[in-house]
Amino acid sequence: MSVSPGSSMRTPRRRVAGLGSARSGTGHFWLQRVTALANLLLILIALPIVIWAAGQGQAQTLAILGHPLVAIVLLLLIFSVCFHMRIGMQVVIEDYLPAEGMKVLALIANTFFTIAVGSAGAFAVLKISFGG
Amino acid sequence: MVQLTLPKNSQLVEGKVWPKPAGTNRLTEYKIYRWNPDDGKNPHVDTYYVDRDDCGPMVLDGLIWIKTKIDPTLTFRRSCREGICGSCAMNIDGTNTLACLKSMDEVDASAVKIYPLPHMQVVKDLVPDMTQFYAQHASVEPWLHTETPAPEREWRQGRGDREKLDGLYECILCACCSTSCPSYWWNGDRYLGPAALLQAYRWLIDSRDEATGDRLDDLEDPFRLYRCHTIMNCAKACPKGLNPAKAIAEIKKMMVARQF
Repeated sequence: MSVSPGSSMRTPRRRVAGLGSARSGTGHFWLQRVTALANLLLILIALPIVIWAAGQGQAQTLAILGHPLVAIVLLLLIFSVCFHMRIGMQVVIEDYLPAEGMKVLALIANTFFTIAVGSAGAFAVLKISFGG
Repeated sequence: MVQLTLPKNSQLVEGKVWPKPAGTNRLTEYKIYRWNPDDGKNPHVDTYYVDRDDCGPMVLDGLIWIKTKIDPTLTFRRSCREGICGSCAMNIDGTNTLACLKSMDEVDASAVKIYPLPHMQVVKDLVPDMTQFYAQHASVEPWLHTETPAPEREWRQGRGDREKLDGLYECILCACCSTSCPSYWWNGDRYLGPAALLQAYRWLIDSRDEATGDRLDDLEDPFRLYRCHTIMNCAKACPKGLNPAKAIAEIKKMMVARQF
């Protein structure tokens, strides 16, 4: 347990009070569970499709992945997984990175990385789907 | 804050091996963490041998025997020696528990290894600084809040509502749960920990309390409440058999329930 430097003359109650309650966290908690459920359902649909497509030739694979229903499932999966990954990683960063500056940088990097990965995945699906 | 290695002046070194008591074969070996703030030395682990023919069966009996018969400088808290005061909470054989409720024979290892409660500032030997822990408990305002003028006699409560407090009111604030929780180790300055949250829930579901919303507001915080990742060490450690993890899950359910 840490006591920040220079705070030793503060009362214990003052240290526990900190900056007060953020009045948030429930939305984050709820979304983590909702996206977990979405991930489960979407993986159950997407996994057999991907396994099936993997055994085909390139043209056939592209046709399967480009089918509107398949493409929509894949796009939803990319969105749900990326969202889940971002808020999950946020908790890990908050748990383990104590230094305020490092923590904020890591949280920003986490968001940028997720958006980059998600956009690349979505672009790939859309490109296949629209025949580019 | 995560600390995977100890600072240099906190690293354990070999301590003294105290002589075996003469005239007995029934001995139990104790390996005990020692640290004295006044001698400038690193903490060390001393080895003692307890004469089982001259001593009660519990780990605390052994500690008291050592303090009385071998080494009066050994420092630890104890009072009731029957699991109701919570003073003798310490890490025994790798688990936080009460020395008075743990029998020496329950320890599988060849020696009874005793350390102070993990990740707390040590005052001396097995005595941790509980200041922050108590302040966290006080911060959940563990008393009845009402706006209705007080009745002439007691605040009344139905039998069913009273039963909801079972499994919560029995907490003796020994801190075995909070100090077994990795989230509390890393973020104990902002996360309230299982003991304080169990007490918070005890007042949240008290049918007589009129400040439920305010209490939930004060807890709704990414650190105060939501650092709990359901690791369950708290429920495993609790020497009173309580389940702080369940109480915390119930608080989270209340948080979600008031959103929809």
